[in-house]
Amino acid sequence: MIPELGYGATVAALVLALWGAIAAAVSARTGRAALLRSGERAAVGAWVLITACIALMLYAFLTFDFSVRYVAINTNRGTPFYYRITALWGALEGSIVLWSWMLSIYTLIVVVQYRRRQPELYPWVLAVMLGILAFFLLVMTIPAPPFERLTPIPADGRGLNPLLQDSGMITHPVALYLGFTGFTVPFAFAMAALIVGRTGEEWITITRRWTIIAWYFLALGLLIGGWWSYHVLGWGGYWAWDPVENAAFMPWLTATAFLHSVMIQERRRMLKLWNLSLIILTFGLTIFGTFLTRSGIIGSVHSFTQGSIGIFFLGFLALVLLGSFSLLASRVEHLRAEGALDSVVSRESTFLLNNLFLVAATFTVFFGTVFPLLSEAARGVKVSVGAPFFNLVNIPVFLALLFLMGVGPLIAWRRASAESLKRNFLKPVLAGLVAAAALRAVGVGNGLVLATMALVVFVAGTIALDLFRAVRARRRTGDGWGDATWGLLLRQNRRYGGFIVHLGILVVALGVAGSQAWSVQTEVTLDKGKSVELAGYHVRFDGLSASEESNHAKVTGAFTITNGRAGSDVLYPAKKFYPQDQNPIAAVDYRLGFFEDVYLVLGDFATDGSHATVKLQVNRMVSWLWLGGLVLTLGAALAILPEARRTA
Amino acid sequence: MRASRLGWAIPAAVVPVLMLLAYGFKTDPHEIPSPLLGRPATAFSLTTFAGAPVSLEGLRGKVVMLNFWASWCVPACYDEAPALERTWREYKDKGVVVVGVDIQDKEEAARKFLAEFGHSFPNAPDPAGRVAVSYGVYGVPETFFIDRKGRVRFKKVGPLSDEFARQHLDALLKEPS
Repeated sequence: MIPELGYGATVAALVLALWGAIAAAVSARTGRAALLRSGERAAVGAWVLITACIALMLYAFLTFDFSVRYVAINTNRGTPFYYRITALWGALEGSIVLWSWMLSIYTLIVVVQYRRRQPELYPWVLAVMLGILAFFLLVMTIPAPPFERLTPIPADGRGLNPLLQDSGMITHPVALYLGFTGFTVPFAFAMAALIVGRTGEEWITITRRWTIIAWYFLALGLLIGGWWSYHVLGWGGYWAWDPVENAAFMPWLTATAFLHSVMIQERRRMLKLWNLSLIILTFGLTIFGTFLTRSGIIGSVHSFTQGSIGIFFLGFLALVLLGSFSLLASRVEHLRAEGALDSVVSRESTFLLNNLFLVAATFTVFFGTVFPLLSEAARGVKVSVGAPFFNLVNIPVFLALLFLMGVGPLIAWRRASAESLKRNFLKPVLAGLVAAAALRAVGVGNGLVLATMALVVFVAGTIALDLFRAVRARRRTGDGWGDATWGLLLRQNRRYGGFIVHLGILVVALGVAGSQAWSVQTEVTLDKGKSVELAGYHVRFDGLSASEESNHAKVTGAFTITNGRAGSDVLYPAKKFYPQDQNPIAAVDYRLGFFEDVYLVLGDFATDGSHATVKLQVNRMVSWLWLGGLVLTLGAALAILPEARRTA
Repeated sequence: MRASRLGWAIPAAVVPVLMLLAYGFKTDPHEIPSPLLGRPATAFSLTTFAGAPVSLEGLRGKVVMLNFWASWCVPACYDEAPALERTWREYKDKGVVVVGVDIQDKEEAARKFLAEFGHSFPNAPDPAGRVAVSYGVYGVPETFFIDRKGRVRFKKVGPLSDEFARQHLDALLKEPS
């Protein structure tokens, strides 16, 4: 019953979305209000139906309805309650349902917010958003139907991929998809602006907060993905330049570029063509990311699905890129800059450089990701591109971006005088150099860490200096330090929200540099009762125990850790044996710390528990990545506060 | 005029990228040749669900299609199951034996699977997974084609189709014994 109901709801939603897109577009051309209202009702209807799909799918998961193929693949009778819910987006078909659902919600918000405020752009925005929604519903209907029936009905299902049975899997895909789908809104406004011919700053002003929200969720999704990789996969790292990671990273880079370059357009009415291109590229990259992860054209540690879905996504990608760039080309005459670059030493040129570096980083990541394909096409040789390539080309670019992060927000528009440069930057530059020299003096020899530290202190210095001056100025009106700071943050929330985001990035940068330079590891086989020592930690193997969990068998090792300073602690790394997987899965155990984490992975062991191999890592500064994520969240939240607060 | 022509360069630049991506459909990054190809197949002897012995040694002189599967392997093993039985019926009198090896499974669920699909070729559980390991089975289903001389000749990862089975069995049957 569920398969039929679900399929019916999907098809009906597809029809509604298509109708809504057409009705909205026709009403935009003809001005017939009744059609527009019909399109809106179709959007509401599509949302109701997709919500019904989600409810049906959840019901099928909770009742183990293995007549639904997707349920049989992604759950079995032993799957814990909690993962029967997250299994909804544990594989391709369900992810597309979630994606469509979020997109339908974004569409409804757009309807509520802009139907009266933007009478000219709004019908086209609705048409574009419903058109994109229709594509995803088409995917749900033909190449990846979530409600496909399975006959005969198996006695038990296969079960969710064990690596996905982790709390990170609740939030990681949700955040990532909120980011991915969120870029549909600015893209739709950009398209509407191009179609109507209002290619000024309006669409940017309207969608600015949307872009920040999407950008933030994407950043959060990336960080949570790093956390998942770190504490689930057991290799002690958080980023591997895997194609799937790159797929999510690229739109984040172009969106970052966009968030900066729009400021130039708002202020100086330049870069109109560039900004439109960036938002098209960002949206295109979100589709490309899905194409890459789902078409199976490039090998990855993430499991890929193959099938006709890749062709659908490639076709849609072609339609989006060719369609929107052609539209852009046809409007090129309207997109001339009204301002001009006055000086190389100015905020404009700093932002241009920032954009150049971000786009260069995007390009190198793209190049590295598709290189295996290129190599096979051109030379017939299968190759893979690993972390060394990406690190080599990207580290200098990211260091340069850090530097610009310090310069950009404070340098003057149009033309910076030598006097103002000295006033704004002399002290922070000195502080950065002193910090690096101090680190060097205490024996830090790693160039990457020194460079990062110098830049981080420099950027933090510029932010501190700026904030200090602004607060001091406000205090002249009689506020105390606290009130003055708080008032400033709220009144100029966009500026200071941005600064806090920058601080978050600095914290992440320190985490990346520190963990790369200072983490240590060893792998040893220990007899029961024997210890190993690493970086001041003594780890003693106390024995093994076996247990039977609801959907897997587990062998757990007990290791006592002492480090001389505090008391001892026992860690329990384990190996899980899932019947559906040939290879056991490591369950890492760890103690997180501000400066260092102790991280244990159980390797091979003797079944009698007499000895076991353990990988011991002391990972430095990794926690700073997660802390940076928190700071980033605060900054993004401040930046998206309503603008009205500024004039209140 | 110059600006507008420059504008069209952007969509034009997209085309080669799309073509490269389209080329990707012709390749399969997961297709890694098995080191076993051309080598003698590892001997095994198992007891079928029906209680009869089955060993590779006993099948020498016949073409063997060795299929690794499991009842929890949804959907791939379910997708290929009918094709396995069809192939068996078509080829059993032509000197081909289809052998199923069920790995990491519960006996009850496995028997239900066999009954559902009416599999009539020899099918044996591999409780310790030794046979699967010796053939380097990475995931189910995988199918190995073994020639009359007992050498592994082809390998198929993922669900088997009638066409694939027919094509490769015909090729092996044509070879002089």
